[in-house]
Amino acid sequence: MSDPMKKTIIIDGVEIPFEEGQTIMDAALAADIYIPHLCHKPGLSPHGSCKLCTVDVNGRAVSSCTMPAEAGQEIANNTASLNEARKTITQMLFIEGNHLCPSCEKTGDCTLQAIGYHLGMLDGHFPQFYPRREVDASHGSLVLDRDRCIMCELCVRASRECDGKDVFAISGRGTKRQLVVNSPTGRLVDSDIELDDMAAHICPVGAILIKDHGYEVPIGRRTFDLHSVSETDLDEVILKKTKHHDQEHETAEKEGGVYGV
Amino acid sequence: MTPYSSEHLLHVLHAHQQRFHYISDQAICEIATRLHLPRAQVEAVTEFYAFFHRSPRGRFDILFSNCTSCGNLTLMQQLCDRLNVCMDQTSSDGLISISQTSCIGMCDHGASALINGLTVTSLSEQIIEEMGNLIESETPVSAWPTSWFQIGNNIRKEGLLLTEALEPGAALKAIAGRSSDEILNEITASGLKGRGGAGFSTGLKWKLCRDAASDSRYVVCNADEGEPGTFKDRILLNSHADTLFEGMTVCGKVIGASQGYLYLRGEYRYMLDALLTTLQNRREAGLLGNNVLGSGFDFDIAVVVGAGAYICGEESALIESIEEKPGIPRIRPPFPVTSGLWGKPTVVNNVETLVAAAGIVLHGHHWFETSGTWQSKGSKLLSVSGDCARAGIYEYPFGVTVAQILEDAGAEDVQAVQIGGPAGRLIGAESFTNHIAFEDIATGGSFMIFDTSRDLLAVIGNFTHFFDHESCGFCTPCRVGTTLLKNGLDKVCSGHGTAHDIDELQRTAALVSRRSHCGLGMTAPNPIRDGLKVFPQLFEARLLHQEMEPEFNLDASLEEARSLTNRDDAEAHL
Repeated sequence: MSDPMKKTIIIDGVEIPFEEGQTIMDAALAADIYIPHLCHKPGLSPHGSCKLCTVDVNGRAVSSCTMPAEAGQEIANNTASLNEARKTITQMLFIEGNHLCPSCEKTGDCTLQAIGYHLGMLDGHFPQFYPRREVDASHGSLVLDRDRCIMCELCVRASRECDGKDVFAISGRGTKRQLVVNSPTGRLVDSDIELDDMAAHICPVGAILIKDHGYEVPIGRRTFDLHSVSETDLDEVILKKTKHHDQEHETAEKEGGVYGV
Repeated sequence: MTPYSSEHLLHVLHAHQQRFHYISDQAICEIATRLHLPRAQVEAVTEFYAFFHRSPRGRFDILFSNCTSCGNLTLMQQLCDRLNVCMDQTSSDGLISISQTSCIGMCDHGASALINGLTVTSLSEQIIEEMGNLIESETPVSAWPTSWFQIGNNIRKEGLLLTEALEPGAALKAIAGRSSDEILNEITASGLKGRGGAGFSTGLKWKLCRDAASDSRYVVCNADEGEPGTFKDRILLNSHADTLFEGMTVCGKVIGASQGYLYLRGEYRYMLDALLTTLQNRREAGLLGNNVLGSGFDFDIAVVVGAGAYICGEESALIESIEEKPGIPRIRPPFPVTSGLWGKPTVVNNVETLVAAAGIVLHGHHWFETSGTWQSKGSKLLSVSGDCARAGIYEYPFGVTVAQILEDAGAEDVQAVQIGGPAGRLIGAESFTNHIAFEDIATGGSFMIFDTSRDLLAVIGNFTHFFDHESCGFCTPCRVGTTLLKNGLDKVCSGHGTAHDIDELQRTAALVSRRSHCGLGMTAPNPIRDGLKVFPQLFEARLLHQEMEPEFNLDASLEEARSLTNRDDAEAHL
């Protein structure tokens, strides 16, 4: 029985506490409950665009990363039908871009790929869109491969909210949306992004990659080879680690690299 | 506050586009520097709105409406052939470019287009021929026959709102000395609900905004009527602008706002000068500006003109657009009543709602609530178009039946009616006894009639393409889903669909409806879903009766190769 004096929500029958100002996602993560998400990262303002974190609150579909938790909410999260909807949304993200996992440096560290596995996605299901998007390799240390961009705007927000800059934005409309760089030429080399900016490391897919650090961690020992995407402290693991999990017991510090922020 | 700020990003881009026919990389940098905006913001806005172009358009830039009521793509093709240009390709001498655009709100005027941003209506084969001559001889649009640019009101039936034109200031005088609570009670007692279609109580919206803690508030009028088949606000803006501005001022008085905005859709730019004149006259008459009617209340109104984005009819996207950004709907909650324009509490109301509000405070709530039904008070302006003898504006008390409207409009052999535009409902004859009301068939005002001669599947295809074109792309279900629905329906329409494809359409449609970020995505699958429900036989008749047909059509995919090699013989086909 729920205690009327205590602020709680119920997720899949489990009563969990929340604090004023928390979203459903915040409360769930704090209670160690995983709600699939791609465009959300604790510490950055919520976005609500990928829609993977869609849940049913008292029967109504809402994005858990943006919906404030309110006492009395009964939330369906880890259900077969919701995971089926999330799988379809993941497939949509795959087919609208050009995602070739076997040849992507991010494979094994890619959250999109990990969610695909987590949801039991076996194929893209829909016909590929095969969009034509530009690669920006102008920067000495970073490469921007728009083929893999999923429009989550984590880099946009990280740049504004953490780095105090304004390096990225999304331009265009509909499926013609694309990541653009806020520099006089529109090229990354002319922006003020630096290698230790959070925006350079936050990409959940392989759209923003660090040059000169490819394949340092062998496939089979990467983030999602060792962790499940459903570990609720994973955002902390990925963001705060100064060296790769694989090297935790080794003494050698990694210099920067894909995993260090 | 300038009534039309020449420094607003949308207005700067419009002026630049008019002069240079496109927005170059260099222009984006210069405009960003001049307006002190991030370069990427200027680029994002330029690429978001359909009326701004990143590559040169012709000196004569023509956008034909592709609406089922005010579009005629055969005429567009005629002009393309006449001037020897392809759609979407600017002629090499920079003379002409021809493209399509979504409904431009001229559905009662037959085939229509925008020419260098100006509206031409009632197009015919003969006019297209003459137009071709004028373009070839490079006759400036200002010297074209003025009769082509005539836009009438076509009011067929008047009710509460249309029968009288309020004397400027009448409603303001009526509220003089009355408290905010008293005026609010009048509006609430009238039962007025938002006329945009969603039907939220206007009194409650004003109250929520007034009671939200803030040092300032805003009134915004949504005149971005982009729903295909809707043109009722055009008539109100044209002939009842004073009443509209009066309604905005009353709202400002109630909620404690000192600034209002009219967000005018770019397709209605031709009315801008007249609207600004009306505002100026009101200022001179003491009905706007400092100390309105000597009451100590300051209120002014500015106009922001859009640039071809249906999504800006969504209130939070509209607010983003006023804030010089792409029209991406915001996360809700918070709602605009607590956090709207520049984060301040904001009332966003439809044109018709504000006009009604002005009438209610003048005449009292009884005047309004005695009309209509129990849950839908007052009257509704309907924009009737399509296959009927008398297209135009019909004002009915709520509760009128579809059949009555069809009879009044002189519609015969009606196959289907699309009520509320593509985002609304598609109904067949079995539903013609239903009523126009929030509790039955709700509508923002679009009423499109299709007789039995129409290929209804093509109509559904048109609507489905419309949403694919207008999706802002913010959330995954709508961005990808509207394109999947378009591709899936195209496959069925082209005779390559199977039962499996129908199942796929149903599945994708359900997901997009339920999981999208805003109303656009939630309603985008309606034409397909209603079509499959009400007219399943139309889909069935177009299907291949086999298990499966590949998505990938090998022969069709060779078309580009055939075209490049200039071959179309049997050997070049599979």
